[in-house]
Amino acid sequence: MATAHSRAAARLTMAPAVVLLLGWMLIPLAMTLYFSFLRYNLLMPGSEEWIGTLNYEYFLTDPAFFAALGNTLALVGGVLALTLCGGILLALLLDQPFWGRGIVRLLVIAPFFVMPTVSALVWKNMLMNPVNGLFASLARALGLQPIDFLGEVPLSSIVMIVTWQWLPFATLILLTALQSLDRERLEAAEMDGAGALDRFIHIILPHLARAITVVTLIQTIFLLSVFAEILVTTNGGPGTATTNITYLVYALSLLQFDVGGGSAGGIVAVVLANIVAVFLMRMIGRNLDL
Amino acid sequence: MGEIVLKQITKSFGDVSVIPPLDLTIADGEFVVFVGPSGCGKSTLLRLIAGLEDVSSGTISIDGKDATRLPPAGRGLAMVFQSYALYPHMTVRNNIAFPLKMARLDKAAIDRKVEAAAAVLNLTGYLDRRPGQLSGGQRQRVAIGRAIVREPTAFLFDEPLSNLDAALRVNMRLEISELHRSLATTMIYVTHDQVEAMTMADKIVVLNAGRIEQVGSPIELYSRPCNRFVAGFIGSPRMNFIEGGEAAAEGAHAIGIRPEHLALSTESGRWSGTVSVSEHLGSDTFVYVQSPEVGTLVARAGGEVPVRHGDRVWLTPQAGKLHRFDPQGRAMSREKVLS
Ligand SMILES: Nc1ncnc2c1ncn2[C@@H]1O[C@H](COP(=O)(O)OP(=O)(O)O)[C@@H](O)[C@H]1O
Ligand SMILES: [Mg+2]
Repeated sequence: MATAHSRAAARLTMAPAVVLLLGWMLIPLAMTLYFSFLRYNLLMPGSEEWIGTLNYEYFLTDPAFFAALGNTLALVGGVLALTLCGGILLALLLDQPFWGRGIVRLLVIAPFFVMPTVSALVWKNMLMNPVNGLFASLARALGLQPIDFLGEVPLSSIVMIVTWQWLPFATLILLTALQSLDRERLEAAEMDGAGALDRFIHIILPHLARAITVVTLIQTIFLLSVFAEILVTTNGGPGTATTNITYLVYALSLLQFDVGGGSAGGIVAVVLANIVAVFLMRMIGRNLDL
Repeated sequence: MGEIVLKQITKSFGDVSVIPPLDLTIADGEFVVFVGPSGCGKSTLLRLIAGLEDVSSGTISIDGKDATRLPPAGRGLAMVFQSYALYPHMTVRNNIAFPLKMARLDKAAIDRKVEAAAAVLNLTGYLDRRPGQLSGGQRQRVAIGRAIVREPTAFLFDEPLSNLDAALRVNMRLEISELHRSLATTMIYVTHDQVEAMTMADKIVVLNAGRIEQVGSPIELYSRPCNRFVAGFIGSPRMNFIEGGEAAAEGAHAIGIRPEHLALSTESGRWSGTVSVSEHLGSDTFVYVQSPEVGTLVARAGGEVPVRHGDRVWLTPQAGKLHRFDPQGRAMSREKVLS
């Protein structure tokens, strides 16, 4: 019974936690906001002064910003598309009964437990290296010219690395969703004359809608801030070919010591992330209240 | 048209044999009920007919054609599942239309058939709702609607009413019976509830551990059960069995007498005992009598029998209603009851 009285008591007892969380979130945000209006360069300590929106003007008119915006969207979009398609296929496969299924499932989940820096290093040095890498050896064995992945197709290579990391997550969520699908529903569809493809389109995919939504939302949040993989492999280059917004903010504030500009970039990133979130919610929100 | 013939079919899951060799013929237009205790293989048998499971050996022919290796969709059968198995993301209209869409019918024909099925099943007002917004009975009707639009050779029902409350169950029972009368299509209906079996069936198939114990009309099974299992399974409350001296006096290993064939008296009779419980149902009273000679017996008496716990009563079996069984549980020829 949630009476007015008990509701008030609940609010009171929850208040400390809410205040703590709010402080945790708001104080850094407020400080970033404050720094973004200052001339604040670590090379010139003590010269901080209020410069209004100048940091924002510089950041938003920087050609690197547009490149980074494009790269961020391409990275998020590419990884999402690949992990969702790959995840659905893998989940369908792993849902079939076969010998050693438990082990295979465990192996599929494994990449998720590898640190981003480590996996990026492994990819860079052991797989994608144009001289010593596995892919290069394979290409040579087939008589082809090895590709310098990180030099020639840097953004796609990073999409590849990040996809490898996030595929297990997508597979896991989609597999659990698939396992909750009532067998009788599939059998009913089979009796109704639906072939394998029709069953996938009309029964399985709609059933997965909610899981796909969850994967999309969670991955978008994390993919907007991909950083370690870029730092370890390409340092944002060549040029700005693999610089995303997160990396740009890092480069500004910690490579160019421009804390003010970096903060402005950070705020812009927050705004962008919120715009993306609103779009996502609009687009797939209806899936959540199915 | 919808004749289904099973010849020597068996089914095992790994080492576990669920259906030993089994023969059964279901005539066209018949309403056949598979009845038996939970886990006896009713669903498995139905799924074999549907094609959702492959037979381990034997042949199934439907409508005169060998269907043993046909996929479910190729057998022309429609199934109503216990869980209804509706498509939750589709409206009622799309649920019912789904098999027609899969058959690539044109839109106008689909609409016409869906409207017609909805009218038969009183679903016209609900066509644009989702299954989640319907009551249990309505969901059941949608599942039936999805089956009838396909105009199948035969309908298969797997315990379709077991998720409904008692009152609704009686209603749906009547509706399904009426549907059978109007469509005159073969129907195979699986249930563990012998009341459903007795009220709906043209022919009952009693299953026990995958074996067919007896096949016959409800009245046949009721009045001439071929063994103790069928005798005990059909009828409610179940038949009283008496072993020992009283049975030997009838020349049998065991004798059985249905509660409705025991006359209750407060003065005299064949077996005496004391009332342990009497259940008053209004129309009937079930009296549980503890008898020193023959153990516990249940007798069905009229609605207003003035007996209560601890009363001394006498029970007498009606003439000609005693069933006799040999040591293997097989029914023996009916004996005249001693006067
Ligand atoms: N897929 C399966 N794998 C193994 N055993 C099964 C399977 N399906 C059913 N069984 C077994 O077969 C027997 C009959 O099951 P079922 O046909 O569902 O019984 P009923 O419908 O009469 O309650 C049960 O003992 C059950 O455990
Ligand atoms: Mg069953």
